[in-house]
Amino acid sequence: MQLTGGQMVCESLIREGVEVIFGIPGGAILPLYQTLPEYPKLRHILTRHEQGASHAADGYARATGRPGVAFATSGPGATNLVTGITTAFMDSVPMVIVTGQVGRSAIGSDAFQETDITGITLPITKHNYLVMTAEEIPAVINEAFHIASTGRPGPVLVDIPKDVFEEMGEFEYPEKMDLPGYKPTVHGHPNQIRKAAKLIEESERPVILAGHGVIISKAYDELMELAEKAQIPVVTTFLGIGSFPDDHFLSVGMPGMHGAAYASLAIDQADLLIALGMRFDDRITGDTSKFAVNSKKIHIDIDPSEIGKNIPVDVPIVGDLKLVLKVLNERVKPTTRVDWVQHVEDLKRDHPLMHERDTDELLPQHIIQQLSELTDGRAIIVTGVGQHQMWAAQHYTFKEQCSLISSGGAGTMGFEVPAAMGAQVGRPDKVVWSIAGDGGFQMTMSELATLAENKIPVKFAIMNNGFLGMVRQWQQIFYEKSYVATGYSRNPDFVKLADAFGIYGARVTEKSQVKSAILKAMEHDGPALIDFVVEQEENVYPMIPSATSVASMIEEPKPEEIRQ
Amino acid sequence: MTTTESPKHTITALVEDKPGVLNRVSSMFRRRGYNIASLAVGHSEIANLSRMTFVVEGDESTVEQVTKNLHKLVDVIKVSDVSIQNCVSRELALVRVRANVQTRSEIMQIVDIFRANIVDVAPDSLMIEVTGDEDKVDSLQNLLRSFGVLEVMRTGTIAMDRGLGDEQTDKDNSSSTHRMESGL
Repeated sequence: MQLTGGQMVCESLIREGVEVIFGIPGGAILPLYQTLPEYPKLRHILTRHEQGASHAADGYARATGRPGVAFATSGPGATNLVTGITTAFMDSVPMVIVTGQVGRSAIGSDAFQETDITGITLPITKHNYLVMTAEEIPAVINEAFHIASTGRPGPVLVDIPKDVFEEMGEFEYPEKMDLPGYKPTVHGHPNQIRKAAKLIEESERPVILAGHGVIISKAYDELMELAEKAQIPVVTTFLGIGSFPDDHFLSVGMPGMHGAAYASLAIDQADLLIALGMRFDDRITGDTSKFAVNSKKIHIDIDPSEIGKNIPVDVPIVGDLKLVLKVLNERVKPTTRVDWVQHVEDLKRDHPLMHERDTDELLPQHIIQQLSELTDGRAIIVTGVGQHQMWAAQHYTFKEQCSLISSGGAGTMGFEVPAAMGAQVGRPDKVVWSIAGDGGFQMTMSELATLAENKIPVKFAIMNNGFLGMVRQWQQIFYEKSYVATGYSRNPDFVKLADAFGIYGARVTEKSQVKSAILKAMEHDGPALIDFVVEQEENVYPMIPSATSVASMIEEPKPEEIRQ
Repeated sequence: MTTTESPKHTITALVEDKPGVLNRVSSMFRRRGYNIASLAVGHSEIANLSRMTFVVEGDESTVEQVTKNLHKLVDVIKVSDVSIQNCVSRELALVRVRANVQTRSEIMQIVDIFRANIVDVAPDSLMIEVTGDEDKVDSLQNLLRSFGVLEVMRTGTIAMDRGLGDEQTDKDNSSSTHRMESGL
């Protein structure tokens, strides 16, 4: 079949099962866009900024488990994707990005809107391609999807010059791939699995540390079986939230810098850590020399380079978590650990996330707790980065699989608006709430136009404290309240903005208004925004200052000490 | 001769011979903060595949991470840490050294001892070609320093194991090190 390069891209995307593309056209990618009407199966959503397209593709991928797809033109179109690509790369999210490039003969000449996007994205993609003939397109797209979605997933960028989109060539979709250098290990080594089972059997105080890998490999049932069969408390990393139900009796929540004290203490007191699909990020470990020093460690991950990178491991196992856990579960004996499980329960009781506070203040924690109750812990929660993100992780009771979507590794503010859009497009059956900060929201709020235009019913809860709250908190604690460049003296009127974008908007200033406002936003058929004008100087506790250990943890002050 | 405690490791990688592969590899080293002491690239025995030899500075865990991160690159097909095997490593260097009537014969004697060659003679200088492992080239360079080294060009180390396969034990390794020394 003779096709143009542009048609080949579309044919290939359809063969890969793509339904939605987020993007913005421009000169170099125009020949691809002009073929889109021939492919009505491919829904294109025109975002307002390429960063929005890349985060939307990311949100779509996280919500569905299928690669998200974004298009952008050369030069600034492509560079605007970079933050989104980094975000996806840091969090192992499968994406395939197609960028237009200047014509082949102009490459290297500093032509209009030329940029070396394969060079720029080299360290932030799992792999990337510059395609120099149309006939390579099917094989490249085929490989791109395979690489993006297998092993440790990640973004793959395909850069295609304008005249390659226009070039005619024979289209043949490859049945086999030729990737001799890409063979992820999926089956764990049986001896190592045997050793792991033995350590679990010998352990008196084991803790599972469940990460994003559980969600990526869909090992929910296997994790549940391991936890219940061997009676092991489950701590979830930030991106591991949604791998194990928060309301399960073995769930111990999130540890680390702003994690629950009881989760960090459980890790510290454990004699065995079973790390599943996680990477011992510094937000969890703090000072690595003081992290979980009382325990042996089993580390199961599909990426061998994550094993032994930050923390020495006793039993490393490289493989797909779902497959490894299946074998491990067969070897693990049913056990009861009444004392240890009870001890962890006591830790929870003695170190609550938040003391009861009899106050009329509008507190973000209370709003999130209300939101959790009113959605029965079953919404998809998308967040930005900062205080509200940590409160969402702490105070929303996540009962469903894969229900928190947030930028963990990169910590990308502004993620909350477009990623929520992508998540909702991927999961139209779910209620999607974006918990936003007033800072991050203003970085990408132009995508409200895209939401309104496409009737994508995301609900926003802006925790508006008029500050870059987390930075302000650091200034308060580490820089004697010197609030340099963190306060917004004049934020826009978010309700009027909602109105201007054509979406529902409401403002909440009183505690008593929270419930009805949330219910009204959910009843509204379409995107909605609530501007919660919250207490300005509320802090996230507990807090383990960076590069220290659980011994340096600052727990929440008593209610009467809070505003001093 | 370097010992096994040396912080330098020799790693070879079989890679796709495609544009940008060297960039991908060097970018990974740069980004992760690994130190490359030398890097040599050339065609391999297989069409469309090149072989790279890296000499990497770092402790065991660093070298392990380098190997793993090289493996992660899609264009890298095979990675071997040849310094833990018994291997032959060689480097070629060209050295231009100041030489006059008084010093020329002394330099030529040193060149002879090192089984190096004089490949160019000018009225006030000599160009010497030397092949050997890194230490040998270093030693020659040091000896020539007193005459005035004008220019040095080194290819970087290439290495190949002696073909006893991967199953060798550590014991074999130490005896082969000995063999290498005597073979210099």
